[in-house]
Amino acid sequence: MGAMMAVLHKETDFVWRRRTTKKQVLIWISWLIGLSIVMFAWNVISEKTIWFFVQDAPRQAADIGSRMIPPKWSYIFELITPIWDTINIATLGTVIAMVIAVPVAFCAARNTSPHTTVRLFALFIIVSSRSVNSLIWALMLVFILGPGVLAGTIAIGLRSIGFCAKLLYESIEEIDETQVEAIRATGAGNLQQMIYGILPQVLPTIAGVGIYRWDINIRESTILGLVGAGGIGLQLNGSINTLAWTQVSTILLVILATVFVSEWVSAKVRGAII
Amino acid sequence: MIKNTALSSYPVVWDKPPFIKRAWLRWSIILGALIYLILALASMDINIQRVMEGLPRAQRFFGSFFPPNFADNQGVVWEGILESIWMAIISTVAGVLLSIPIGLGAARNLAPFWVYMMCRSIIAGSRTFPEIILAIFAVKLFGFGPFAGFIALSLGTIGFFAKLLAEDIENSSESQAEAVKATGANWFQWINYAIQPQVMPRMIGLSVYRLDINFRESAVVGIVGGGGIGATLNTAFSRYEFDVAAAILLVIIAIVMVLEYASSFLRKWVQ
Repeated sequence: MGAMMAVLHKETDFVWRRRTTKKQVLIWISWLIGLSIVMFAWNVISEKTIWFFVQDAPRQAADIGSRMIPPKWSYIFELITPIWDTINIATLGTVIAMVIAVPVAFCAARNTSPHTTVRLFALFIIVSSRSVNSLIWALMLVFILGPGVLAGTIAIGLRSIGFCAKLLYESIEEIDETQVEAIRATGAGNLQQMIYGILPQVLPTIAGVGIYRWDINIRESTILGLVGAGGIGLQLNGSINTLAWTQVSTILLVILATVFVSEWVSAKVRGAII
Repeated sequence: MIKNTALSSYPVVWDKPPFIKRAWLRWSIILGALIYLILALASMDINIQRVMEGLPRAQRFFGSFFPPNFADNQGVVWEGILESIWMAIISTVAGVLLSIPIGLGAARNLAPFWVYMMCRSIIAGSRTFPEIILAIFAVKLFGFGPFAGFIALSLGTIGFFAKLLAEDIENSSESQAEAVKATGANWFQWINYAIQPQVMPRMIGLSVYRLDINFRESAVVGIVGGGGIGATLNTAFSRYEFDVAAAILLVIIAIVMVLEYASSFLRKWVQ
């Protein structure tokens, strides 16, 4: 940007402008288009809204809020097993994802992919795993495997493959080629180049991405129970449906605490690795 | 690391150095991981029989995905998709607009301490709870429909956008800010001419990225009644119309791909 200074000639004075007139007009036009899209979107949404309910919302919020206080602390003991399940779903799901994501990433990276078709296929796996939310994966897996922790674990695993593989293949593409060349110069084969030239360079990334995703997965696995895939979401859903608001607030506090702890652990471990 | 063989003192075998150098730490991590794995798997309660029953079911399930049915039910699929797109657009815009003051407040170099703490706790709260939990409460408060989804996604956007904005502002160059201040600019001019140009390119890229996330999330807030394509998808699943569900999933994947391409294009254009 800013190859030339934009100056407006006004009789005798020169007035400094940040942009040339043409650029300014272009920016105004894009603002206009953007604004009209937003206005249109707002119209569509507001047509489908029952405004009476929206006006009623503050009263509802106050009502629910007053019912949630104080949290039912004795309920915490019943939450120990669900929280353990939630953590297991996140951890084992991350393990499954990483085991699959590493080969997928090597297939998707431009410099290590065996063939273009393999690369396209790997990229398709990444995109489809990323686009489908873990809750939708869980919805499908509950149909197949029945409700329970297993469906949740596999759902988290499938959802995380794309995320992990994407970050990994980007880091594989950014490796230092000279090290690989040095290994190749010793007469190493393709596999040996990969193990001794590429893998050591991306190992910190693999560990970092795994931990990072684990942290995200803890958060995601708290909700899988909504569709019956195990974890604390099951209790949350049950409590909301039975209008047990003091239990709901307890569950939310437990989720809050778990997420804080996992974020802290993840930050510490990543700090130690990188 | 070099090993000495028994026969000669000259090293002939080379071993890769381990990833974690301290041996006790390495072994205790491995041991701990193994113990955890056993405990976790033991408590998982996998019902092999149920899984076996599920396998032919899975085959039927995925079999009935094909061919995807794009034209079903007088275009409910397209209606849902459009609703999701509009919902994603306005919740991104609203979320970003709300994030700007919060992000400015959460930047340590701009805000006084109490504003900083307040904004940081808003961000932490919004980041902790997944959009779907926010959506459950929004549906309780605002009734069923896309408005609840819009509120949930906007609140979710704040946690993401304000945090990154604040971090970007904290990392922005001090000297440019000082230069503008030295010209006698007031606070708003200072933000507009010194801070905004530094963070703008990244913020535009991030808003498109968030649009992409909001679209994907709009596919799930519908499951709890927040409108959009998620409602259509949920209906399709509960009616066992898997061909419609497959069509919806494919359309979601296609739109996400387009958005991803658009975001990388836009980022290049802005920079």
